Amino acid sequence: MPSDRRLEREVAKRRHQRRGQAIALASSVIVLGGLAALVFTSPGWPTVRETFFSWPVFKQSFPHVLDAFWIDVKVFLVVEAAVLVLGLVVALVRIARSPAIFPLRLLATVYVDLFRGVPTILLVFLIGFGVPALELTGTPSDTVVLGGIALALSYSAYVAEVYRAGINSVHRGQRDAALAVGLTESQAMRHVLLPQAVRRVAPPLLNDFVALQKDVALISILGPLEAFREAQIIEAQTFNFTPLIAAALLYLAVTVPLARVVDRLGGPEGTVR
Amino acid sequence: MSAATPVLEVRGVTKAFGEREVLRGVNLTVREHEAVALIGASGSGKSTLLRCIDLLAEIDDGDVFLDGEVITDPSINPVGIRRRLGLVFQAYNLFPHMTALENVVLGERWAHGASRAEAEERGRALLARFGLEGREDDRPDNLSGGQQQRVAIARAFAGRPRALLLDEVTSALDPELVGEVLAAVRDLKAEGMTMLIATHEMSFAREVADQVAFLHEGRIIEQGSPSQVLESPQREETQRFLKRLLEAGRA
Repeated sequence: MPSDRRLEREVAKRRHQRRGQAIALASSVIVLGGLAALVFTSPGWPTVRETFFSWPVFKQSFPHVLDAFWIDVKVFLVVEAAVLVLGLVVALVRIARSPAIFPLRLLATVYVDLFRGVPTILLVFLIGFGVPALELTGTPSDTVVLGGIALALSYSAYVAEVYRAGINSVHRGQRDAALAVGLTESQAMRHVLLPQAVRRVAPPLLNDFVALQKDVALISILGPLEAFREAQIIEAQTFNFTPLIAAALLYLAVTVPLARVVDRLGGPEGTVR
Repeated sequence: MSAATPVLEVRGVTKAFGEREVLRGVNLTVREHEAVALIGASGSGKSTLLRCIDLLAEIDDGDVFLDGEVITDPSINPVGIRRRLGLVFQAYNLFPHMTALENVVLGERWAHGASRAEAEERGRALLARFGLEGREDDRPDNLSGGQQQRVAIARAFAGRPRALLLDEVTSALDPELVGEVLAAVRDLKAEGMTMLIATHEMSFAREVADQVAFLHEGRIIEQGSPSQVLESPQREETQRFLKRLLEAGRA
């Protein structure tokens, strides 16, 4: 049987909550309504609506853009897997202290500095047009593959640093304890440091993958008919930008759910286990 | 007792961190089945000495012998030596992503090459021995400090060490949890485990230790039986240290 004081407290709490909800609703209506009014009453709005939000053009172009979008999804999935592995390898090489791998460590450091420091679009250009120009036998000539390689090289450099920060953030006592029970340095890394580091860096890693998913559009400059490129072609034929909106919606359909996963991992009660 | 063979011998060990000399020529012997209590003020180098013996820190000069064999030569692979010693940390340092059982079993499996079934059976028995039956699948953050430290003791003991090094194993604990950890150490002593115990618990040192060594400004300046060192210390520095502990209510 709850006491009177407790019931009173609950009533007051509910009243307070309802008031909060009312304020949130009112402020949302005012801000969003104001923005909508600003856009919809602007002098150019009828033209914009026709060229960006034309329903007939959308209906006609969406299936084509969707078809092309599967290339983006495939590139994203393959590149993401490659980045997870390559980034980890680079991070481990940079952390290892063995003198035998000094040249590798130097190479890894130079790699991260270079590929993190150059705009991704530039890398796509350089690799997409530069590698075939070498005319070496065995080098890929498929533009999707070349674009994917450029993206993987660029993102692995970022992801290597994320891993490295994660490994370095594990308390030094963990390494001591692992060595004290008789593990070698590499066993300590595999069983003790890495599992803790990966849990810790899952949110920033996913964040990088949201960015990667969008940057797949950069391979369009090499020519393959992925979503952005397909949308541009239809746009050029119809003189209407609506296909680009269709492509944008498709990117969002992937990145927004990913972003929610990031939130859940990084949120206050969403600590990763 | 003193006729027993030395297990650990520390001879003239020095260690400096930059300009700061922490150990300035430490000499110390721990004989088979003997428990030596290492006492001294905070920052006197007790932890550093234990870390140097377990080769987690490199000494500058001198030697450490394990069963008569030099272990501090830079050309020796430290992994093999560490497998013959056990170290328990002040802050437990359990692996937070593993269960209690996995913590105890890790070294057994990967350092000592035991099969999974073998290691787990022994791990369960060890946890039960230290009063942790039923807590095998708990992660460290679901255990009290005293339970965590007992898991850590089981983990260090799992590798069948020649000697156990205990670094202030009760000083991170709430007072009411100290007793259960000391009981675990007492249990190991009764079994004849050779131990070097850095501690602030004078009553415990008196009870469990065969020898007490007082580390002051990087040297062992007084050593003897607990009654000699703790009841009638010869050196003025020892007297002052014990008096301060008494005033703080720790002796």
